[in-house]
Parts: sequence; C-alpha cells; structure tokens
Amino acid sequence: MAKSLTLRAAVVSLVLFACFIGAWHLATRGTGSTAAMSPEYAKLMGLTATQGKSAMPGPLDVGVKLLQHLRHPFYDNGPNDKGLGIQLGYSIARVAAGYLLAVIVAIPLGFLIGMSPLMSKALDPFIQVLKPISPLAWMPLALYTIKDSGLSAIFVIFICSIWPMLLNTVFGVASVRKEWVNVARTLEVGTVRRAFTVILPAAAPTILTGMRISIGIAWLVIVAAEMLVGGTGIGYFVWNEWNNLSIVNVIIAILAIGVVGMLLDQVLAQCTRLVTFPE
Amino acid sequence: MSTFDNPFDPDRRLGAGCSCGRHANEAEHAADAAALAPQPMLESEDKRFEGVVASAVMRAMFPQDASRRAFLKAVGAGTALAALSQFFPLATATEVFAQGGPLEKKDLKVGFIPITCATPIIMGAPMGFYAKHGLNVEVVKTAGWAVVRDKTMNKEYDAAHMLAPMPIAITLGLGANAVPFTVPAIENINGQGITLATKHKDKRDPKLWKGMKLAVPFDYSMHNYLLRYYLAEHGIDPDQDVQIRSVPPPEMVANLRADNIDGFLAPDNICQRAIYDGVGFMHILSKQIWDGHPCCSFAASREFITTAPNSFAALTRAIVDATAYASKAENRKSIAQAIAPANYLNAPETVIEQSLTGTYADGLGEVKVDPKRVDFDPFPWQSFAVWIMTQMKRWGQIKGDVDYKAVAEQVYLATDTAKVMKEMGLTPPATAYKSFTVMGKSFDPDKPDDYLASFKIKKA
Repeated sequence: MAKSLTLRAAVVSLVLFACFIGAWHLATRGTGSTAAMSPEYAKLMGLTATQGKSAMPGPLDVGVKLLQHLRHPFYDNGPNDKGLGIQLGYSIARVAAGYLLAVIVAIPLGFLIGMSPLMSKALDPFIQVLKPISPLAWMPLALYTIKDSGLSAIFVIFICSIWPMLLNTVFGVASVRKEWVNVARTLEVGTVRRAFTVILPAAAPTILTGMRISIGIAWLVIVAAEMLVGGTGIGYFVWNEWNNLSIVNVIIAILAIGVVGMLLDQVLAQCTRLVTFPE
Repeated sequence: MSTFDNPFDPDRRLGAGCSCGRHANEAEHAADAAALAPQPMLESEDKRFEGVVASAVMRAMFPQDASRRAFLKAVGAGTALAALSQFFPLATATEVFAQGGPLEKKDLKVGFIPITCATPIIMGAPMGFYAKHGLNVEVVKTAGWAVVRDKTMNKEYDAAHMLAPMPIAITLGLGANAVPFTVPAIENINGQGITLATKHKDKRDPKLWKGMKLAVPFDYSMHNYLLRYYLAEHGIDPDQDVQIRSVPPPEMVANLRADNIDGFLAPDNICQRAIYDGVGFMHILSKQIWDGHPCCSFAASREFITTAPNSFAALTRAIVDATAYASKAENRKSIAQAIAPANYLNAPETVIEQSLTGTYADGLGEVKVDPKRVDFDPFPWQSFAVWIMTQMKRWGQIKGDVDYKAVAEQVYLATDTAKVMKEMGLTPPATAYKSFTVMGKSFDPDKPDDYLASFKIKKA
C-alpha cells in the first residue's frame, strides 16, 4: 500500500510537472507584434523587437542554458564572472559561517535562559522584538558599523538565524519533564552532569527543529544580502543577470537556490531524526 | 623653456618671448596654440615619455641654453641623442619616469557600476592600462551607488567610479558622513539620454509630461539635475508636476516594460537597452541639454592620496591614459568588445557598441549618427563642481550657504590632473574654470548666486 502510494504520488508529480512545462512553453511561444523596419535598423535591435519574441524565456531556452551551466560549473573569468558552482560555494560558505556562529551563541545561551524561569521571562520582550526584523533592515547598520561587506553579510545571517534556535532551545530546555529532572536530583546528579545527560538529550529534538528553521532562514537571507553587497555568491549572480535582463539565468539561479535550500533542509531533517526518541 | 619644447632643436629662440614671437612668453603661446588647435594625440605613449625624459637629461647636462645649442649645432640632434644614450640609460629612465616613484600599494581594488560611463575604469583592466603603470587593479562590479559609496568609505575599495556630484555630496556630508573625497578625473562627458516608453511617442513636448513618473539613477547624479533642469526650462516643476524616483539602472528597463514608470534619464547603455528590447525610444540625448556635461567621475578619498601618493598618481595616469584612448572614435569598437562580456558590463555587445560609437537605433525606426553621443575627457573642470552645487542648492539638497569655489577646489583636483597630463605629454587647459551653456543659458562660475537666483522654478 505504502509503495503504491509513493508510486502514485510520483506519477502525479510528473504529470503536474509536464503540465507546468507545457503551459509555460505555450505561454512564451511569442507572437508579439513587430513593426516593419529597415535591415540596418533591425541589426541594431534585439529579438524581442525584431521577431516579436516574448521577453520571457521558454522552458527550452532555460534547459539549454542550464546544460551550459552544468557543463562548466566552476569556470572563473575574473572577479566579476564566475561559474554557478563557485557562486553557490561562496554562498554556502557564508551561510555556514554565519549559521555556525549563531549555533555557538544560541544553544548555550538558550540553555542558560531555559534553566532560569526569571531570565526566560525577562529576555522574552527583547527576543520578540528582534526576531521579526528583516535582513535588509540590518544591512545598512551592519555596513556602517562593521565597515566590511563580507563580514556584514555573515553578521546579517547570524542575527537572522539566531532567534529560532534561541527560542526553541529555551522552550526545549524549559519543558523537559519535571519527573526526569527530579529523578536526577534524587540520585544526586550534579548540575553540569544533569544538564548534559538529562536535559540535553531530552531537549535535543526541539533544539534541532529550531536549527532546521534557522538554516532555512539563513539560506533566504544570503540571497538578499548578496544582492545588496555584491561581489560573489548566488545572490550576486541573480543581481548580475538581472542587470543584463537575462531572465533565463535568473530562472536558473532560482532553481539552484531552491535545490540547495532543500538539500540543507534535508541534512538537518536527518540530524533531527537521529536524536528523536520515543516517549 | 617648457617641458614640451624640443631640446634638440638648435633653432629654438632663446631669451624672452615665445617661439612664434607673438606672445609675451612661452606659456601663453602654448595656451593659445592649445586653444586654437585640438591637440593631436601624439605618437605612442612611450614616445611621449621618451621625449620628456630625453629633454630632461639634455637639459641637466647642458644647463646653459647657449652651450646646448652650440653642442647641437656641432654634432646634430641625432648624434647628440645617440651619444647621450651611450652613457645614460634613457630606456630605463623612461620606464622609471612612466611609473613615477615607488608604489606604496600595487594591488588595488576599484569599484564600478556596470554602465558605459565606467568605460575608462573598466577597460583599464582588460586592455592593460593599469598594468602599464605598474598596478595590479581588480575592478569589482558593485550593486548600486550607495554601496559603491559605502565600500569606498570603508576602504574596501581604494578608488571607485562615482557619479560626478557624489564626491561633492560625500565631502559636504549630504546623505552620508562627511568624508573628504576627491575627483582626479572625470570619466565621461555626455553619454546620457531621456528615454520614454513607446506609448508616449507622440508626447515629444515636455509640457505634456505632467503627471508622469520618471526615473533617475540616484539623487546625487547629473541625471537628476539635468532632468530637473530640462523639465523646469519647459515650465514643469519637477517636485510638483511629475514624480522623479531614484531607481537602479537595471531596474529601469524592467520597470519601463512593466509600465511602472513613463521614462527615465539614464546612462546611454540603459537607454539603448530599452530601445533594443523594444520598450522605449530616445527622446533626446543629454548632449542636447548641455553639450560637454560631465557624467561620472573617478573618485578616491583624500586619505588614499595622503597614504599612497605614488599609487594614486599611477592610478590617475592609468585612467587619464585610458580616457585618452577612449576619446578616439576609431578605438570605440574594440573597447565595446572588451567591456561587454559578463565579467564587466554583462550586456549585449551591440548595445554597448551603439552607445559608444554613436551610431544607434532611436527606437522610432531610424538609425541616428552622433559620434559625440558619449565622449571622454579627463579634466575635472572646477566650474563643473560649482554648477553641480548650484543645482544641489536649487533643489534643496544643500541648505544654507556654501563656499562654491573652496569646495570645488578641494574636491575636483584640476591642478593635480593638469600636472599628470603634462607629465604624460598631454596638454591640459590653462585654467580650471570655464563658462558653458546649458540649454542656451550661459553659466558664469564666478557668479553662482546670481545664476541660482535667475531660475524661476526651484525648491523654496
């Protein structure tokens, strides 16, 4: 039964995909109006103007371009023109740096806050205010104070991905079952040992859920940050191709961002599965 | 005797007066000659340097003009030069001269915005102008004017491509912290245009533009001031009758297509891109508002000049050099080819070529030819700076009084650029102020306040 469900789902996915591609192809076949023009004038104009080609690329254009990118993902033609693979590498490195910093800060801090109901209540308003701030709002402040665009991008990832982790850690630690803690107390387990052998394993699933939310946010943020700061990364790639009004490349970048985001999410999902326990 | 006189010429007049005898001294003669005849770009760069070095050596060996003449008469110029190079390594000296003093910093980062105005800055890398002056420059594409400004102020970039008014705005602290900035060279003159959406092709009279939404690249830009000037001259108040938005150049074409804006005054390649994609037409070139107006500048902080004067001088030489090369019409095609790829402008080559060569489709079915559509002239006229400040005041960006000339002289380094140009064998203008005409109205840099008062439409 389970197998046939997967199979049927796959078939439906494929049909949906085919419908989407078909509709896209039909919509962009392009039969726009063209004005009559002299040949030397036409030579100076683009295809949209001369042949009425739709400004929106069709699936075939995207497929061809995608193959080109996949064939040479790591070319390097100087500081402003690098392959898709290199750009994604830069972005992942930035996300990793900002995200790891956030993990290093959020988890111990969340642990401390979660173990003290007083601090938990006292810090709550600050966290609630800081949590919903958009990465783009942090950017000018970061550029101004840090005075380095690379570090600013990492800082923005840090500041945006820290909150879900912090809140989940606080929540996970605070809601460890009282009985377990009390049993540990009765057995005279020290505070440090109690934290590592009882509270940490009990709160781990919640903490990892927070980390999973955070990696998603970090990946969202990087594109925005790199579009603004420029230089390298997939966000810069989008901006650079937008600059050239090359919708084909923008679509490819969107695809790449989606795939990498999904992979990052899956990695964290696997980790969550490792620490889940049956109640 | 001045640097450019031929020291191997025995017939040169000595004593007072100039070589043609009509002027009080040689400097006046040179200035006059420069004004009369557009200086032909002399042979190659190296030849020019060689000439300057050889004359310096000759002069050092025979400080007395009379005895030098006697020597030259006796042996002839060719023999003299040959004899000289026997015991003096002229080639090495020329090389050393071309590179200036020891460079404090060889690896430099220069930021640019991907528009044709940045042509000299960009082409310096692929065409080897930076390398020739001993520099290893990485030109970095940047996302927008505010980011270029911040990255240059943060010292991530040693120098950058900026709109001509930006270094003035930064120095005055408008829209940013006040940091002393300088302009050693203007990038390009002309090179902008007003493009309107194709649906407005019958509204060629600006009086009909009331209620339109127009875009410019940045608040502190020549684009903004020229558009406002143009509208105001036609009786349209740019603050009341139309909406002027600051939109990054790449988004202009997309917005025009999406019908979010009715038109824009933008760098040439953006205008041409809108035409190329069939969404707009060229209303007028900015040249028709003010022929010879500055557009973008090459800017560096005052701090960079004081900490790395030789690197700065080499950079200025490279830019002046590239600008001189770009000013020649016959080089424009190869430049377009060099700067169009993804690493630099990332645009279709034909669009760049049409912008640079001035043979372009106007969006209404005609091919127009105007070789001066964009031109390149590095000299940072201080009167440009004064004009820019009058407009900043006119539209309320500067509040209160401003010492026009003091700021102009602090930011636009006309004296230093003139020196560099002289060292390179080019002829700089004799003065840093000139008057010019904007839409038939002449501007006198000595009377900025009267000029400002003469406008009917301005921000109160």
